[in-house]
Amino acid sequence: MNGWYAALAALLPLAAAAATLIAHNRPRLQTALSLGFAAALLVDSALLFAAVWRDGIVVVQASGWAAPFGITLAVDTLGAVMTLIAAITGLACLAYATAEISEEDRRAFFHPLSHVLLAGVCGAFVTGDLFNLYVWFEVLLIASFGLLVIGGSKAQTDGAVLLIASFGLLVIGGSKAQTDGAVKYLALNLVATSLFLLATGLIYGLTGTLNMADLALAVPRIENVGVLNAAAMMLLAAFGMKAAVFPLFFWLPASYHTPLVSVSAVFAGLLTKVGVYALIRVVTLIFTHDPAWTNTLLLWTSGLTMLTGVLGAAAQNEWRRILSFHIVSQIGYMVMGLALGTRLGLVGAVFYLVHHIVVKANLFLIAGVARHLVGSMELKRSGGLYVAAPWLAILFFIPAFSLAGFPPLSGFWAKYIVIKAALDERGFWIAAAALVTGLLTIYSMTKIWGEAFWKPHPDGAVAATEAPRAMVAPITALAACTVVIGLFAQPFLAVAERAAAELTEPARYITAVLGARS
Amino acid sequence: MEATLAILIGVLVAVAVWLMLSRNLVRFLLGFTMLSNAVNLAIFVAGRLTPSAPPLVQEGAEGFASAFANPLPQALVLTAIVIGFGLLAFALVLTWQAQARLGTVRTDEMRVAEPPPAREAK
Repeated sequence: MNGWYAALAALLPLAAAAATLIAHNRPRLQTALSLGFAAALLVDSALLFAAVWRDGIVVVQASGWAAPFGITLAVDTLGAVMTLIAAITGLACLAYATAEISEEDRRAFFHPLSHVLLAGVCGAFVTGDLFNLYVWFEVLLIASFGLLVIGGSKAQTDGAVLLIASFGLLVIGGSKAQTDGAVKYLALNLVATSLFLLATGLIYGLTGTLNMADLALAVPRIENVGVLNAAAMMLLAAFGMKAAVFPLFFWLPASYHTPLVSVSAVFAGLLTKVGVYALIRVVTLIFTHDPAWTNTLLLWTSGLTMLTGVLGAAAQNEWRRILSFHIVSQIGYMVMGLALGTRLGLVGAVFYLVHHIVVKANLFLIAGVARHLVGSMELKRSGGLYVAAPWLAILFFIPAFSLAGFPPLSGFWAKYIVIKAALDERGFWIAAAALVTGLLTIYSMTKIWGEAFWKPHPDGAVAATEAPRAMVAPITALAACTVVIGLFAQPFLAVAERAAAELTEPARYITAVLGARS
Repeated sequence: MEATLAILIGVLVAVAVWLMLSRNLVRFLLGFTMLSNAVNLAIFVAGRLTPSAPPLVQEGAEGFASAFANPLPQALVLTAIVIGFGLLAFALVLTWQAQARLGTVRTDEMRVAEPPPAREAK
């Protein structure tokens, strides 16, 4: 039964994509199906997490072909936590989308594409095979391309066109800015994809296997270390590009402020974190032959990622562009936890991932509500929200100051653990960089607070004071998650500790997948 | 044979990098097709070129009688070709749309999403 939970985490969103596509001409039914499947995915991932917590690593060998010959799904605590949090974010953003997307956006296959995206994300979290990881990356990439260009135009569409192929979407929508953003997003992701594939090919040539557990055994036996290092660096560059680390992050702030709010919230919450997850997976499991070199490289990367991201944000004056640069800087903290190479560092990285996905998706959704109320995301053209919508001010305050690391919100614990791990390793410079980044994050958040909430609106009054309930409900739920993670951090810390313990002892993962053989 | 293919892959990658450094989106995409072909060839070579029997067990036999070709890289390449084709198709339509909407396929002229600060100040 446990195996089914793992398989369904990838299959449910795919089924949802098919079902919503069939219901394309029945708007109410399609929306209901979309939300229903998202809720089912949430239940399934909760059961999967419970199974992993109870019985340890869940492994599925498709059609009973023993690893490393068949297709393997392997879910450890990290994978289960990520799937669960992806399902929560997916449901929240789809619920928000019901109030945001127009009929044209719906006709542009918003729901099917969103579920294909979720399938790619969840598939990447549950797979135990490097090539399948590549395929899931491509699935989510293709869906994200399609989603990136939905909306923003009033062009009428022909309902007879029923091609799910995402390039069919392009004919429909997309403002100028979206087209521009999509070009940059596409170009860098094509490069990353090619690097990933090339590295996979080289690793296969060296080891003759692509099963991650089998690779963990085969890689230390490789004599041709030069080619191995080349492949490892290609993988790190590919995942680094997906995760938006320095100096490969330029596509992210160039594109994340252009699509629909619910789309950019899913992107902001999940997509870069799939890159971080993949980094954690290969660095802790496969490329363990020279930790000093990898960790030093990652540590430098993380420090520069944090600082450039936060400095970039300081120069911006638009809600989503500020938040986009903050994604980059926050990715730095997670990579830093990984780069420290200690168990506490990994605890911090996992805790940070969970906290960050919830907070960041929520901030993007709140930006959407703010635009709904004041009519713009440019900080110069907004203001007066504190008077007009005090409830929104509270809802913004929670994730924003959690992002900045104020106690007792979740971000405080995440930062505390990562920085404590750095100090334990006598990494004073990286700890200092992390603290400076935290300070500058406060600067950005207070800038949004001052400009959008306190300052009177340039036009005198805000356009509306009420937002649709479907927009407010997901924001409230995500803010409640942040408060719960902050106030009751101990159980979440226990989960992160167990995930880190599994990551630091790859033997457990290997035995679970390949069976006890010597 | 491996050496010849390795050189070919090297040439393809060199051409691809040169094309992808261009600011013209069409040249970039031509470079991408070169690169994905080079990568596919690399996976193919990584599985070792074995001009031997197909990987089929004869009826009644317990295993392979002689050396056999490795089918896995070909399956991987097949998947990669399909994915690469999908990405290229999307990229081409996006380029076409960039030409239609933005009036340019040169990336340094695409400043709609990120307007330069000077224009913002006006």
